[in-house]
Amino acid sequence: MNQMTTNQKLHAAATSPQGTGTGRPLGGALSIRNVSKIYDPEGVNVCAVNDCSMEIVAGEVCMIVGPSGCGKTTLLNAIAGFHSITHGEILLDNQLLCGPGKPKASQGADRMVVFQNGALFPWRTLAENVAYGPIVQKKMTKAEAHEKAYHMLAEAGLGDFGDKYPGEVSSGMSRRAEIVRALINEPKVLLLDEPYRAMDALTKSIMHESLLETYDRTKVTIFFITHDLEEAIFLGDKVHIVTTRPCSLKKTVDVTIPRPRTYESLSSEAFRTLMEEVNEAVHEEAVKAFQAGERELA
Amino acid sequence: MANVAHTATSAPVVRRRSSFEKLMSNTSLWRGMLAIAVFLLLWEIGSRFDEWFGKEWTLPFIGLIPAPTAVFAAWLEILPKAGYWMSWLQSFKRVLSGFLVAMLIGIPFGLALAVNKYFRDLFFPPFEILRPIPPLAWVPASLIFWPTNEMSIAFVTFLGAFFTIVINVLGGARTIDVRYLRAAQSMGASQWDLFSKIILPGTLPSIFTGAAVGMGITWEVVLAAEMISGGGTQGGGGLGFFIWNSYMGGSLEQVVVGMISIGIAGYLSSSAIRWLGDRFMPWKRLF
Repeated sequence: MNQMTTNQKLHAAATSPQGTGTGRPLGGALSIRNVSKIYDPEGVNVCAVNDCSMEIVAGEVCMIVGPSGCGKTTLLNAIAGFHSITHGEILLDNQLLCGPGKPKASQGADRMVVFQNGALFPWRTLAENVAYGPIVQKKMTKAEAHEKAYHMLAEAGLGDFGDKYPGEVSSGMSRRAEIVRALINEPKVLLLDEPYRAMDALTKSIMHESLLETYDRTKVTIFFITHDLEEAIFLGDKVHIVTTRPCSLKKTVDVTIPRPRTYESLSSEAFRTLMEEVNEAVHEEAVKAFQAGERELA
Repeated sequence: MANVAHTATSAPVVRRRSSFEKLMSNTSLWRGMLAIAVFLLLWEIGSRFDEWFGKEWTLPFIGLIPAPTAVFAAWLEILPKAGYWMSWLQSFKRVLSGFLVAMLIGIPFGLALAVNKYFRDLFFPPFEILRPIPPLAWVPASLIFWPTNEMSIAFVTFLGAFFTIVINVLGGARTIDVRYLRAAQSMGASQWDLFSKIILPGTLPSIFTGAAVGMGITWEVVLAAEMISGGGTQGGGGLGFFIWNSYMGGSLEQVVVGMISIGIAGYLSSSAIRWLGDRFMPWKRLF
């Protein structure tokens, strides 16, 4: 709780109404209640999400695991405001994002998305990318935003790379920079859609440590979609296993391994037990998905 | 600055090579020069074959073309003449004016087609009907429409570049990754921010591709238009007319001089576009 940097404290005091200094400055409790999404292109009813409910406590790392193509991303898109929902409601800190009468949430900087294959603007340097949000929101002048961007990049171990274009740095670095770009907007929720997919195991482990370090610093609520069970348990407070399409909550596993976690946690007995528990549930869904003819499995 | 700091701290002093040394050790450059030299040599031999071995040894095609040395001599002869440089100037003026107008109208038009559905529904169908018409097919009509030859040439030149630029801008703007737009919107970008900071820079590579292709077409069109209409009293001249005139005058050497001049002019034009592209798109210069 007291791991906020001075920078964070300053901003908590300056910009966030919840910033009392006693706990997390930002909210971020997500309630997903009976959400359904039916895609209806040309009358072909495809039910992507069916009666899915989840409660995500503020400041929690919540991992969503399920077979490919099951509708996890649909859920994330609904939270982010990229897509509408058909039934149910989604609330952020008890404020309605979308629900009856408002099928599509408005997009806002309180929910920042980190995309599957990275979406840093290739025509802006890392620092310019990070500074983008505060500048377009007119929260800071250009100079202030750039100063803060360099500062935050340095915190993430990217201090020397602020002037580089995304094409000049490794995928790991650009993914970290993208998380920094999200965090500078002080989101309540960070939405990550398989951010470390297609990364080699070594890079992934560094990404995980970096994300955990960032989380310990900011305590932002994290909604993290993944296929990687080890990743899910290593990073998460809770692992929500969802069913194959249509997506609904199958099982929630509480990860009781204490923080801060290091890579030694991976070999602990507790980790192995959890792994088995999650694996069993996921495997069931994977088999169902396979039988249903899904092209790819969890 | 980074270099200074680097050399100051690193222990082994590495002498930086001068740009001349770099040039001298550029193997691609040498290979390219060698290739051109061999090409010229073969051309020289081919075209002078009949002089050395008698008329019956005239090689087909290449034997009828003046040798590079003869072309070079002809070139040296006309180099000091103002008329030759006037041809350059006139062609360049036509290419530039047509090209610039095409860019000025084509880029906003392409962007408007890309971002506004109503605009696209209204203007894309007629655009697509006019686009396949080759610019040269417009020559007779534009000679009738426009009061002067010069304006006709400018118009046809404009058409040559316009369609290519619009299609490239439209394609580029329409294929911008939706994630960039979503990310920017999440960060609070207004419609104008989206346009100026995402769509515009995202389209720049396509704009420059369109410009490079358009520039090539512009030269083709200008040359052809000059040959067709440039002989008159007004709006005459230009490199196209230079070639045509040399042909009518029976100077094959000068025809080749004109052709090579166009090659050089086209190379200069595309180099200028590449240079501008590097300025405008520093993130593309990385590799």
